[in-house]
Amino acid sequence: MGLLAGIIMDKSQNVRMSPDSLPDYLTEAIICFVDIGRTYRMGSETIYALRSIDMVIKPNEFAAVMGPSGSGKSTLMNVIGCLDSPTTGDYWLNGRLVSEMNDRQLAKARNQDIGFVFQTFNLLNRMSALHNVEVPLIYSGMKRKERHERAQHALEIVGLADRTLHRPLELSGGQRQRVAVARALVTEPSILLADEPTGNLDSTTGREIMSLFDDLHESGNTIIVVTHEQEIADHARRIIRLSDGAIVDDQPSGGH
Amino acid sequence: MLLGETTLIALQSIRGNLFRATLTMLGIIIGVAAVITMVALGAGAQQAIDEQMEALGGDILSVSSAGFFSRGIARNQQTLTTGDALALAQQSVSFGGVVPEINGRRQIKYGNKNLNLTVLGTTPNYADVHLFSIATGRMFNQSDDSARRRVVVLGAEVPNMLDTDATGILGKTIQIRSISFDVIGVLEAKGSSGWHNPDDDIWIPLSTAQFRVTGSDFVETISIKVREDSSIELAMVDIESVLRREHKILPGADNDFSIMNRKQFLDTRQEATEIFTYLLAGIAAVSLLVGGIGIMNIMLVTVTERTREIGIRKAMGATNGNIMLQFLVEAMVLCLLGGGIGLALGIGAAYIAAEFAGWQTQVSFVSVATAFTFSAAVGLVFGIWPAKRAAGLDPIEALRHE
Repeated sequence: MGLLAGIIMDKSQNVRMSPDSLPDYLTEAIICFVDIGRTYRMGSETIYALRSIDMVIKPNEFAAVMGPSGSGKSTLMNVIGCLDSPTTGDYWLNGRLVSEMNDRQLAKARNQDIGFVFQTFNLLNRMSALHNVEVPLIYSGMKRKERHERAQHALEIVGLADRTLHRPLELSGGQRQRVAVARALVTEPSILLADEPTGNLDSTTGREIMSLFDDLHESGNTIIVVTHEQEIADHARRIIRLSDGAIVDDQPSGGH
Repeated sequence: MLLGETTLIALQSIRGNLFRATLTMLGIIIGVAAVITMVALGAGAQQAIDEQMEALGGDILSVSSAGFFSRGIARNQQTLTTGDALALAQQSVSFGGVVPEINGRRQIKYGNKNLNLTVLGTTPNYADVHLFSIATGRMFNQSDDSARRRVVVLGAEVPNMLDTDATGILGKTIQIRSISFDVIGVLEAKGSSGWHNPDDDIWIPLSTAQFRVTGSDFVETISIKVREDSSIELAMVDIESVLRREHKILPGADNDFSIMNRKQFLDTRQEATEIFTYLLAGIAAVSLLVGGIGIMNIMLVTVTERTREIGIRKAMGATNGNIMLQFLVEAMVLCLLGGGIGLALGIGAAYIAAEFAGWQTQVSFVSVATAFTFSAAVGLVFGIWPAKRAAGLDPIEALRHE
């Protein structure tokens, strides 16, 4: 817990860190949350979705975020995924301060650093599996030929080499989620962000997807999974429990 | 860089909703077709007027004695003489040529053919001033005129009417009211000027006409070519002062001649045509506008329908600019496709109008370019708001959208 101690020390000294002289825990970590808060206004009421979160995710971690609904899991995921900006605190992603990025930079961070896997797959149903996997590469401006090769390779990794030209609606749920994983992997992001990845799958298919995540973790990927199922969380090596917008428990787990 | 991909996505999305896209495009198709057809008709009418102006010589004033009004009564007396023409010719500051003429329909005989044609008695410079040229033979000259020679120059159509051709009739003799004339030349065809076809006329020297046909030195019309460096208005004032002096008209009394300005006449027609063209093109443009609103409407529906897709694309790293471009391109592709089809229909309609209704039409490059620019502009203007709305969507909300 040396890294967290560093954060707490910096916080107590009220030091604003400049990118030129980043402390070690920032350069080592992929994700570093320093006192992150997110509030929403609903009419005259202020809702605290996240309260003062400190968190560090290092390379090749496999973490599960758990908590009851309304605990702030989704907001945490959205902030990590650069889809939402925190109202207070500093969010460092690969040594860059996300909380001060503009729309363009956020889009770039989503494109390069983050790979999303959603509960509802979120594939484009009109396009082939291959094209779906290519979408992030299109936005990173990659040439067509290289894009095809990369997407093809990503589909091979998830075991769908023979389904590249099928459209999502012609695939089973498990296959669709594999396409989504391939799409998340294809830019070689520094972190895979999976939000209830097995929520829409039967238990057998869910286990297949989780073992795919295990494989990806073993081959060096960093993974964060949001789930409310203990069985899923058991695949992770670290379990972060949220309640009411704050971290109440953060422990290593044995893995499966 | 992304434009190619974006266009491809737009085409795919249009293909996915082909029926709706076609209905949407219909507005643009009709608008562009209408604009193209109307402008083609207008340009055709314009061209017809230009051609007439060219044929007539726009800078020619006609002075005539016939048909002037005096105290509300139409008078029809001969007042212009060869002397007037000479007096006008001497005042040569603003005149490039003065051509007196008399004409009347006469019986023509050649071999066993009898025709009733307009015989024009005029001076040798008639061809120059009225922009005729000789196809075969020669025009009569000053000495033919002063010697009152019986020579004739035929309009381009006349040899055909006499069952022969230009070379066949040259040097032969034809009879005008039983008086023999030698054919010395045949004119180049000029085409009808609307109310009269000069190719059917035959020309003889003015003195010959006055001496042998009318028996007086009155002339019916004096055409005056205004010099390029002079103004029509100034020339009209000059003509009036010369003729009033010649005719000894007292101050305050009415002119016993009238001056017709062909250019003015054609200008008025041109103005009317222009107004009509603008009016029609304006109505057509309104239909294009309505088509544009249809595009905007359907694009807004599309944005709502594809909110989730927008969320997905944003999560995958699309910037607001990427999303905006995508929907803008889609609107523009719709408009340009519609514009292309409308263009084809418009050209078709112009062709049909020319072929079956006999209207002169002209589809110019400019009108084609304008139609395309217009439909692209419609796509841009009416696509920008829906595209902005799409780009401004919150990705989290968009991903949650069902």
